[in-house]
Amino acid sequence: MSSFYKNVLGALEGLIGLGILAALVFAVFPLTLDVFRLNLVGKYLSYAFVAIGLVMCWGYGGILSLGQGVFFGLGGYCMAMFLKLEASTPQATAIQSTPGIPDFMDWNQLTALPLFWEPFKSFVFTLLAIPLIPALLALVLGAAMFKRRVGEVYFAIVTQAVALILSVLIIGQQGYTGGVNGITDLKTLLGWDIRSDSARVLLYFVNGALLFSCILFGKFLLSSKLGKLLMAMRDKEERVRFSGYDVANFKVFIFVVAAIFSAIGGAMFTLQVGFMSPSFVGIVPSIEMVIFAAVGGRLSLLGAVYGTLIVNFGKSYFSETFPEVWLFLMGGLFIAVVMAFPNGLAGIYKDYVRPRLALHRGRTVREAL
Amino acid sequence: MNMPMIGALPEGKNEFALYVEGLTVAFNGFVAVNDLNLYVEKGETRVVIGPNGAGKTTVLDLICGRTKASSGSIRFKDIELTAMSEHQIVRAGVGRKFQTPSIYETLTVRENLEVSFPRGRTVFGALAFRLTADVVARVEEVAEQIFLSTHLHRPAELLSHGQKQWLEIGMLLMQAPELMMLDEPVAGMSVSEREKTAELLNHIGKDRSMIVIEHDMEFARHIADKVTVLHQGQVLAEGSMDHVQNDPRVIEVYLGH
Repeated sequence: MSSFYKNVLGALEGLIGLGILAALVFAVFPLTLDVFRLNLVGKYLSYAFVAIGLVMCWGYGGILSLGQGVFFGLGGYCMAMFLKLEASTPQATAIQSTPGIPDFMDWNQLTALPLFWEPFKSFVFTLLAIPLIPALLALVLGAAMFKRRVGEVYFAIVTQAVALILSVLIIGQQGYTGGVNGITDLKTLLGWDIRSDSARVLLYFVNGALLFSCILFGKFLLSSKLGKLLMAMRDKEERVRFSGYDVANFKVFIFVVAAIFSAIGGAMFTLQVGFMSPSFVGIVPSIEMVIFAAVGGRLSLLGAVYGTLIVNFGKSYFSETFPEVWLFLMGGLFIAVVMAFPNGLAGIYKDYVRPRLALHRGRTVREAL
Repeated sequence: MNMPMIGALPEGKNEFALYVEGLTVAFNGFVAVNDLNLYVEKGETRVVIGPNGAGKTTVLDLICGRTKASSGSIRFKDIELTAMSEHQIVRAGVGRKFQTPSIYETLTVRENLEVSFPRGRTVFGALAFRLTADVVARVEEVAEQIFLSTHLHRPAELLSHGQKQWLEIGMLLMQAPELMMLDEPVAGMSVSEREKTAELLNHIGKDRSMIVIEHDMEFARHIADKVTVLHQGQVLAEGSMDHVQNDPRVIEVYLGH
């Protein structure tokens, strides 16, 4: 237990860090924000799943994926397909030429539900598919590339290509996927109206709880020998290989974990926002998610959450206040952060705040003596 | 021509830990190692010397699986290594130290040694790995041997060059390899560090076979049981240090032009 406290939670400092974030997510935001804003924060926090996954595979493992939107999107689409089928009862779609199939299929002259949609009628299947389909894709991609020792840059390019392919595929196959509009008009989850205020608040808390579960799981992974090996691989991959480890397996594993985290975020995004579209799958959102992690600090799980929140708050603040120039302001912010603080917000804490805290603590101890 | 058979299988000796036979590798037509035979006895410390480009490092790369052989055979304890991947070769008991110190700069000395401990080498093994008393004891024992007992908590990047070399040797010792291959272990070391390293290698060489690539003749003399001189990817001479140093062909290669 004590080693769990010290290694996994990071002793008192780690516990305080978790406590502050928990207080923000579970008390401050719900108590001070109206349901609309709270729902917005919930949406941002669903991106944070991707950012903490990136901390693990990019920050610690040295694997930069520019295609995490793929996994976020797959998780989100799995959830959206289930919700869409629930919303497309024959009664609700009676005016369509083929009632009982999603509206966009009807518009695209489809007359029957495509085969790959069938299993998504089952909620259990959907819950399993959300983590497993992205995990399987990450496993295949990761195994294909890491076993062949594809270098970091090539890996980043390939993941970006995958993001592009998936978004093009979704947009092109309009009748099967809802095309560029995505899957919209999602109403209920097992009969429960997800658009009501009470549902939005509850989903916000479920999202927060899942995020903390992922953070704790991430902390457990990183504090284990596996976490040390990831850092060791980032430093000297050859040395790890010549210490008897199959380096590729470790890379595949962490890439799969990051994919699963992203997928959970995607599913929670769909539930909270009520739709899913290809604009969360392609290259631009994938790179934005890397920026969240970079701003927060790519070596800090909690930092990634703060980075996600701050960038998204900044985005909505700048876009509301300076609608003409907000993109330039955001761009400026990113450049400033990366230039001045290469380790992001967590780096600022580590380099400037922590030494002062330690100094202060030392002084009070001396005064007490 | 009355050439002595160089690199042929010596008879009536101890058991061999390593048999290298007919080993050849070519890079784009350049033959770096050419039909090489090399036999290392159990418990022997073999020093490999030779001019630049003789193929010394390539031979180590071939044995540890970093480079794949074009033809030939490498057998270690009756296991054929040529078809195995790097981590499998390590697990079979072959350790390799690189020429420039290859350590994990961001981890502490202790962590560097801990992750080199040969347990929990699979993904899920690493997740379940616990720092039990035997691991801690082994880390401290090895740290003592490599003169780094008082540096266990320091980040490895803060060590001196010589200490980094020792740390990498320590990381190999954690794995207790039966065959240890060191590529210029004293490169860049001070005189006193060289002496300590010679002592260290003599000590750890008692329990295992070693192949050491070295340029420093004095250092080689200190640690070698036997010396192999490589030249243009082939064995030029083999025997005691005095024997090879007086071999006219060796003198020709080193001083001839």
